[in-house]
Amino acid sequence: MNRNRNPSHTPLPAGVNRRGFLKWGSILAGTAAVAGPGVFYGLRAVTESPVVDEKVVWTTCNVNCGSRCPLRAHVRDGLVTRIETDNTGDGDFGTHEIRACLRGRSMRRWAYSPERLKYPMKRVGKRGEGRFERISWDEALDIVSSELRRIIDTYGNEAVYRHYGSGVLGGIVARREFFHRLVNLLGGSLNYYGDYSMAQITAAMEYTYGAKYDECNANPISDVANCELAVFFGNNPAATRMSGGGSMYDLLRARRKSGVRVIVIDPRFSDTAATFADEWIPIRPGTDAALVAGLAFVLITEKLVDEDFLHRYCVGYDQETMPPGIPYGHAYRDYILGTGPDRIRKTPDWAASITGIPATRIRELAREIGTAKPCYIAQGWGPQRQACGEQTARSIAMLPILTGNVGIQGGNTGDREGFFRIPFPLVPEGENPVRTSIPVFAWTRAVDDPLSMTATRDGVRNKEQLDTPVKFIWNHAGNALINQHSDCRRTAEILRDDTKCEMIVVLDNYMTSSAKFADILLPCCTCLEEEDIVFQGYAMEMGFLVCTEAAVAPFYESRTLYDIVRGMARRLGVDEEFSLGMDRRGWLEYMYAKCREVKPELPPTFAEAQKVGLFKWKRPDPPEVMYREFRENPEAHPLNTPSGRIEIFSERLWELARTWELPEDDSITALPEYHPTWEGAEQARSGPYPLQLIGHHYKQRTHSSYGNVDWLQQVAPQEAWINSLDAETRDIRHNDMVRVFNDRGETRVRAKVTERIMPGVVTLPQGAWLKPDGNGVDRNGCINVLTSLRTSPLAKGNPQHTNLVQVEKVREEAEQC
Amino acid sequence: MLKRPAFHIDLGACIGCKTCMVACIDKNDLPRGILFRRVSEYSGGGWTRRKDGTFVQNVFAYYLSIACNHCENPICVRSCPTTAMQKDEYGIVSVDPEKCVGCRYCEWGCPYSAPQYDADSGKMTKCDLCRDYLEQGKPPACVAACPTRALQFGEYDDLVARFGKSEVVAPLPDPAITQPNLLCTPGPTAQPPKSRNGKVCNPEEI
Repeated sequence: MNRNRNPSHTPLPAGVNRRGFLKWGSILAGTAAVAGPGVFYGLRAVTESPVVDEKVVWTTCNVNCGSRCPLRAHVRDGLVTRIETDNTGDGDFGTHEIRACLRGRSMRRWAYSPERLKYPMKRVGKRGEGRFERISWDEALDIVSSELRRIIDTYGNEAVYRHYGSGVLGGIVARREFFHRLVNLLGGSLNYYGDYSMAQITAAMEYTYGAKYDECNANPISDVANCELAVFFGNNPAATRMSGGGSMYDLLRARRKSGVRVIVIDPRFSDTAATFADEWIPIRPGTDAALVAGLAFVLITEKLVDEDFLHRYCVGYDQETMPPGIPYGHAYRDYILGTGPDRIRKTPDWAASITGIPATRIRELAREIGTAKPCYIAQGWGPQRQACGEQTARSIAMLPILTGNVGIQGGNTGDREGFFRIPFPLVPEGENPVRTSIPVFAWTRAVDDPLSMTATRDGVRNKEQLDTPVKFIWNHAGNALINQHSDCRRTAEILRDDTKCEMIVVLDNYMTSSAKFADILLPCCTCLEEEDIVFQGYAMEMGFLVCTEAAVAPFYESRTLYDIVRGMARRLGVDEEFSLGMDRRGWLEYMYAKCREVKPELPPTFAEAQKVGLFKWKRPDPPEVMYREFRENPEAHPLNTPSGRIEIFSERLWELARTWELPEDDSITALPEYHPTWEGAEQARSGPYPLQLIGHHYKQRTHSSYGNVDWLQQVAPQEAWINSLDAETRDIRHNDMVRVFNDRGETRVRAKVTERIMPGVVTLPQGAWLKPDGNGVDRNGCINVLTSLRTSPLAKGNPQHTNLVQVEKVREEAEQC
Repeated sequence: MLKRPAFHIDLGACIGCKTCMVACIDKNDLPRGILFRRVSEYSGGGWTRRKDGTFVQNVFAYYLSIACNHCENPICVRSCPTTAMQKDEYGIVSVDPEKCVGCRYCEWGCPYSAPQYDADSGKMTKCDLCRDYLEQGKPPACVAACPTRALQFGEYDDLVARFGKSEVVAPLPDPAITQPNLLCTPGPTAQPPKSRNGKVCNPEEI
């Protein structure tokens, strides 16, 4: 590091030597390259470099991949000129450099993109047309505040909905909590539960292990170093958690350390499968539960199950462990061996015909899993984002349960890899007086047809039936108003009707697809324009805290979330309770003091911490084993389930299966079973749409964040993956323009003809920005013109990987080219 | 003093994330169409549908992140009619814009497509190993960016000592042409040079 060029470089605090400082737990900005200018590589030292008024400040990437990478923004003449990443760390794994991925590295291009919002605006055309006129901040805040007041007074607090939005998840003060704080002071708003990432697996793990939403329920991925075999179902950290602070680097390290065999089961030959797997087993989407049943058949019949574990720690494996009062023949063993109600033996041949995996391979895989001690089995969130994803997620968890791999080093629960978290605080949002909660994915119903939504049919919680329509939507840093929600055509119809939802407020940095549906559109600062405190997301091997500075002044009339919401609080007469008399900087200092309660070794003031920037803490060794205490003594440390044990058979689900109203082809069952679904692998073989369509997370974007950055579009263009066998029968060549369509919609996109996707399956990277042409055909590869608003049976989650489509070559455009 | 600067790529660690490409674009303010570093996806194998409707396959894929290899025998230097392309005392191959006339002979000669034509300036441009960063004691932007540490930089002999003997994998050209300062540790599915088992599957990206 050339100190002349880095005015933010700060000497070590007095009395702290370098080693001591490192042990103390933090790494100072710029100390990693200990060599002086030029010394490192033996080139001429630049002793008289031109004096450039450049500063380097710490900032972060705050989008929802789960990593929150530290960035160093170079600033000259009030403009960001470069983005670099963490350069601290002494090479020791656990305090290593948290290297941002390509997305964070493109941040200046994102911040300066042409879609940037400049001024507050109000809608002038029909809702969704995207026609706006500039208004003043005073007018904007007057309208939003008076509409919020009017709607609460007219319809009640349950008419106010603060929509899901994960575009700003880092940044204690930039995050969503301040609006919640305001609206809670006004009587509250309708709640949602779950999210678009992991609704089904959350329900599955709750019913199986009593796991709580977003709490760690698994061994860390670094525990792969301690197993004999690692099996991943659809887990792709090489794309989803790809930065140097995410789990991908940990997996690489663990894999290198142990040389352990890795098997990836996925319809797509993901980058994780290509790079880390010894073997890829392609599987038809949505059929993982059938594979597990076939594996369980072999494990049980070849006596590879851990009977002691199943009897001591689990409910419902066999008759001996069934809860009282359940008729004979409903144990898991019965389901697998064909002595249950369906009388079907779940043999490998049965599973082969459903999954597309040869029966011999299923037998061998079962033997591999059954004899590897320990075996680390994890699933990503792709398999569960399906029409019957709860069953998929519960089924995958059956493998470690059957083989007794839960609660041991090198084993796992079957859930997605665990994480390490230092519990830094969030802004206190107060208590929401409204208890009613809807599944997040069902919000369009709450706008369109709210009075039909009930507890037993639609998963409404804390109320038998919804009695208030959603009339006010607050959409901050989110694109799930349309782009990331399903069935864009239908969703747009619902939103266009402004007699239903009467006021939509969108706060964003860009004219996103969702922003076009705003009534009032408010431009927010990006993280380059505001200072904040950012803590680790799903960090694996370390916790960290970044005290960032504003790199540049707010663009045009952009404002911070806090200043916007405080402007509303003043107008609504609750400023004192809302702000506690503090401005944004005051809140930062207040929250920083709260962080120091967690880590007292942090510098005394926020200003001093900003000079250092980044602080890291190594995860304590050895990696935490999930449910270790339960394994050691289940009586003293029961699980959070009604029985205190692992519930293979769930009495709660037995009850729900009898009381909930479900459409004919949906099912809830007490056991983790395979059930064919609507638009599943079976229907693909008989209906008009023969291809299963899934989505995948793509390096170009985090969901839809960064989706408009030209650098990223250049290095990773949007493309539909199609197998060469399917392409050949359709006369599709690589890079041809194709139409992907079903009854819900159509998108046009370039084809990636590849062997890396299973025949019969097409995948579109999710998150591309909806760009409909005059005929309503999307021209940008947005998957959600093809996805359905139907919910999954138990979690009422988003089954966005359950779709049937057809693909055709676009002939006229090919000719034009 | 740097004598023979080289890159090392670890194909068993490269996940094809392209962070190196974006760090390079950012560092060099590259306009669209010019990429000093490019990540190609080499993939192949195939599928057999069995009578029972199941599938067997032998699919493989790996990524190759390639920039200028600052070759020992740089064909771009040899083919430059104006001496604009030079390999300097540190082993860095770079183009002198004062002398370059944009004839593009270097581009045609280079088997790695390292020199790139900038239509706006009418000159060739290329990776200079982030010479300014090296002068400041910092590694090249692409190397410092790599989340998996698959891409390394250093003195050729030091890299050989660290990572062992380099191997040539498909689709890299015969190193005898230019003697590239590129060391490659193959991953488990690497294919031998001139292999016909796979192909570059992302020509539109590079």
